[in-house]
Amino acid sequence: MAFMKMTSPHATRAGDTGDVMKQVILACVPGLIALSYFFGPGSLINVILASATAIACEAGVLKLRNRPIDFFLKDYSAVVTGVLLGLALPPYCPWWVVVVGTACAIILAKHLYGGMGYNPFNPAMVGYVILLISFPVEMTQWAVPRTMLAEGQDLLGPLSALQQIFLGGAIDAYTGATPLDVFKHNDSQLVQHLYASEPIFSTARWAGAGWEWVNLGFLLGGAYLLYRKIFTWHTPVSMLVTLFLLSVVFYDGGSSHSGGSPLLHLLSGATMLGAFFIATDPVSSAVSTKGRLFYGAGIGILVYVIRVWGNYPDAVAFAVLLMNFAAPFIDYYTLPRTYGHDKARRATEKED
Amino acid sequence: MRKIWSIPGGIHPEENKSQSLQLPLGEVALPSELIFPLSQHIGAPAKPIVTVGERVLAGQKIADAKGMISAAVHASTSGTVTAIEDRTLPHPSGLSGPCIVLAADGKDEFAAFEACEDYLSLDKAVLVQKIREAGIAGMGGAGFPTAVKLSPRANQPIDTLIINGTECEPYITADDILMQTQAEDIIKGTLLLAHILSQPGRIVIGIEDNKPLAIAAITQAAEGTPVEVVSFPTKYPSGGEKQLIQILTGKEVPSGALPSSIGIVLQNVGTTVAAYEAVRFGKPLIERITTVVGEALATQRNIRVRLGTPIHHVLAEHGFAEKKAMRLIVGGPMMGYALEQDDVPVVKTTNCILAPTKKEMPPPRPTQACIRCGMCAEACPASLLPQQMYWYAAAEEYDRLEAQNIMDCIECGACSYVCPSNIPLVQYYRAAKGTMRQMAIDKEKSDRSRKRFEFRQERIAKAEAEKEAKRLARKKAAELAKQKQEADKAAGVQPSGHTAKADIVATAMASAKAKQATPEEQKAKLERAVTSAEGRLEKLQQRHSDADGDMKERLAAQIKQAELKLQEAKDKLAHFTPVPTAITTVAADAPAATADPNDPVAVAIARAQAKMTMAPDEKLQANIVSLTGRLAKAEEKLAAAKAENSDKVDALQTGVDKLKEKIASAEQELAELTPSAPTATPAPEQDAAAAAIERAKAKAAAQANLSPEDKLRDQLTSINGRLEKARIKLEQAQAENTDTVAALQLGLDKMLAKQDKLRDELRALNPNAPELTDQPATAAEVAPQPAPTVDAATAAIEKAKAKADALASMSPEDKLRDQIASLETRLDKAKQRLAKAEAEDDPNLDAFKAGVEKTEAKLQQTKQQLVTSNS
Repeated sequence: MAFMKMTSPHATRAGDTGDVMKQVILACVPGLIALSYFFGPGSLINVILASATAIACEAGVLKLRNRPIDFFLKDYSAVVTGVLLGLALPPYCPWWVVVVGTACAIILAKHLYGGMGYNPFNPAMVGYVILLISFPVEMTQWAVPRTMLAEGQDLLGPLSALQQIFLGGAIDAYTGATPLDVFKHNDSQLVQHLYASEPIFSTARWAGAGWEWVNLGFLLGGAYLLYRKIFTWHTPVSMLVTLFLLSVVFYDGGSSHSGGSPLLHLLSGATMLGAFFIATDPVSSAVSTKGRLFYGAGIGILVYVIRVWGNYPDAVAFAVLLMNFAAPFIDYYTLPRTYGHDKARRATEKED
Repeated sequence: MRKIWSIPGGIHPEENKSQSLQLPLGEVALPSELIFPLSQHIGAPAKPIVTVGERVLAGQKIADAKGMISAAVHASTSGTVTAIEDRTLPHPSGLSGPCIVLAADGKDEFAAFEACEDYLSLDKAVLVQKIREAGIAGMGGAGFPTAVKLSPRANQPIDTLIINGTECEPYITADDILMQTQAEDIIKGTLLLAHILSQPGRIVIGIEDNKPLAIAAITQAAEGTPVEVVSFPTKYPSGGEKQLIQILTGKEVPSGALPSSIGIVLQNVGTTVAAYEAVRFGKPLIERITTVVGEALATQRNIRVRLGTPIHHVLAEHGFAEKKAMRLIVGGPMMGYALEQDDVPVVKTTNCILAPTKKEMPPPRPTQACIRCGMCAEACPASLLPQQMYWYAAAEEYDRLEAQNIMDCIECGACSYVCPSNIPLVQYYRAAKGTMRQMAIDKEKSDRSRKRFEFRQERIAKAEAEKEAKRLARKKAAELAKQKQEADKAAGVQPSGHTAKADIVATAMASAKAKQATPEEQKAKLERAVTSAEGRLEKLQQRHSDADGDMKERLAAQIKQAELKLQEAKDKLAHFTPVPTAITTVAADAPAATADPNDPVAVAIARAQAKMTMAPDEKLQANIVSLTGRLAKAEEKLAAAKAENSDKVDALQTGVDKLKEKIASAEQELAELTPSAPTATPAPEQDAAAAAIERAKAKAAAQANLSPEDKLRDQLTSINGRLEKARIKLEQAQAENTDTVAALQLGLDKMLAKQDKLRDELRALNPNAPELTDQPATAAEVAPQPAPTVDAATAAIEKAKAKADALASMSPEDKLRDQIASLETRLDKAKQRLAKAEAEDDPNLDAFKAGVEKTEAKLQQTKQQLVTSNS
């Protein structure tokens, strides 16, 4: 009798790429809860809207490309892109912002480059940056946290949120500057005074009302992913350590020209989301552990530089995209030392 | 306990080791037919030493190790050899290969084994020989001949002996049960191996900590011995040779090298026991312990099984439910290979037969895109980047793969195991590695031919330039001579060749008389030739049957030649009719024999003379050319040997090295010669040309004075000298065991044949000539035989006279024409010979080619001369 001919190994670990992606989505939950608690249901609606758009775009493009739709949708990669972009966008931003951003992410940044596994840039961040450059007004209006609401004012309910998103309207009362915005525009007050006078800091514990908890939520999710060995510690730790060190060096004791405290940098803006969910995207990052240390450090440096000396209050998207450019280059020079070799080689040495 | 190092990466697959440990070690019934593949090990396949129909006993050697890296094969029960044929091999390829098939007679009679109590007092070489004779090869899976591993090079002292009891593959428990049941033997075997390796400083048995019973048994047995037992955390692939070395010593085996290069020898526990039993009891490797496991079997256990037992027999004995199984694996689930057929036998390396159900090992899930998650890199024990290697392998970027060190991949399968996208990574690497190996071989080949071509172009260009220079010199010399002649004529001086002419006539007469052999003598000569050819053929055939490999082919070619010669000789004898007139014609032509292209001896002498008159740099160049040709051939052979992993690699390597040395020294000499050449040539060239003319004249005169007998004597003396030299060379070559032995032998044989021929000729002229013994000729005056046919002799004399007259009165132009004609015949002849050599792939092909080229050049030159002298 003839048996099936197969090559070794015959045993494999259970699970597939879809399971990995589901873990990532699951790990976003603490951050999403924090966002929803402090800023209302805007982010959740963003996430749902973006995920639905992502799935629709993915299915459409797969059909155009004559690829099996079902098979690829099951890897949940499109959903991850949608979720991450939804988390990054301002709550209550118009629906078309979310749709345009997600469509750009899936169609432009992912499928035009060959689809799953072939995209050189992080799709969610490409979508984010396109939106940021194209619709700066919509993209810079962030909701106020619940701690800053006026007496008697309440967070938007789901219905009014949906109304806001799909029908538009003035919600000025509900929008405000983010902690990094506030810090960016300060050039006269000492940090100490700024913290006391600005409600976004005065109603917070360390680094901005609501934001600090959102960041801690993403840190928790990231820790879970590390525990599940979905990715290694190298990129996030390297990025956070670099950011921390730079903020220590340029803190200058809290003058009006201070770059901001280490805590502000670590727990404000998109730091933790970026460190654990964006920078760790394996497709577009460096591959070796050594390479990932450089890659993470590069992101940390760029985030700090753009935040403090650049034109944008936050910079995770730009930093990640710039380092995506550098990833193949890093890969060439950071091969690990193989067993039985005295030193590591360079991937390009054969071409010299 | 000593420090334990950890290896990077690794995985923890489900161990599945308990299933096969529930029952004690069992046995299976004797199968009716056993199959013994000749290649159960790494290296050259064994060579059968039994014939079909022969009865053999259990333990009897049925195939012998062929070459250094090979292992003998023994029958594992008594019975009759029913076939030596190709059968499906237990190999990942599923290909067929030569096997000895044995029909068991059920008596299970054993051959007598030679036990040895006091084996530690034996010489190490004897012990290694015993292990080699027992056909022992690594039983952990790779099957490397154990005797080879136990004979490390003298410059690689072994300081650590590691016995591998790791058994890190899931499911397999063969080594575990061996350690539990034969701990004493393992320790004895370990001490034996340590003894053979001159007592290395550290002797250690490494066992994974998931085998507590084995660890306890071995620890107990090792008490009071220098053997250290080390257990370490379970992790796949700790049992890999390189990985275990890293765990136990912290050292890494350098890429592309063997463990012995860092003073380590590693043997599997099963191999250790087999070696001990071979030395102590004289028992060859005819059985092994194999794990038979998998949910598709009713009984899962370890068995002691005779090598050669078909796997379907083993499965049948264990209640194999064929319908439940989808794949059948030999080895473990990580590195084992799937069988397509279950009619292959258990061999020396079969440590496990795994018959999982579909549920146990489901078919692979569909492959998804690589997201470069890096889990594979985390799992890789060799610190490679599997995701990058996959990328480059899929894109067939082999240079990049090389830089990624793909050749250091041990194909453990850890990357494939962890891959969430279910990419069969190892399969990509295997394919890429195979392609890269082939590419390396191809590249080497093309590089070689390119070099050869370039060298040839260079050589031709150089030769052209030299010819041109010589032609000019000769032209000048010819003009000078012409002027001189005209001046002489003008002065009324008689041609000085007058007396010489008379001499030529006289010798022609003498030789014509001398050459008159009787028909009886000629017949006798032919008969002798036939006998000698027969003798030679017989000798060659004898050697042919003794030789093997390359030598055999070479000898086969020689035999063919010898047969042809014999046929020729027989034909001649058959057609032989004593025709006196014919003889006289031959005799009459004799004086011209020096230039006769039909006479091989003369041609050879001419060639030799040409060689002698060659400028030293020319000679060197010719030498280098021939050496390079030989080197190329030797290198080709070496590459082939390497590819086949032949045991001749070392011998061939030394041969190649030696050739390279020779070429280097020749080139050096040439380099030393050439710079001085251009400055030195112009002035002496004319003198040299003049001198050469003088010399040639003198020689012609001298030769004309020689009787044919003397000429033959001269030739014989020269050939004796050459023969002596060739003998010395051959002896040297034999002593050094270089690969030129065969070629030298061939040359020597040829010379002997020539010597025979010369002697025959001489004998025909003068049976009493002292050269007919082996003594070199001294001056011996032997009176020519009286001529039996005087008329013929007179005719010959007339002819010779006419020829001499013609020669004397020839103008230089006529001489040149004559020369051209002769050269043209020679060229034709040489071309024919070259064609024949090419057809037969003669080792002297290059020499023939050079000869043709040279003759062509000469012809060209002479024609040129003729043109210039005409104008």
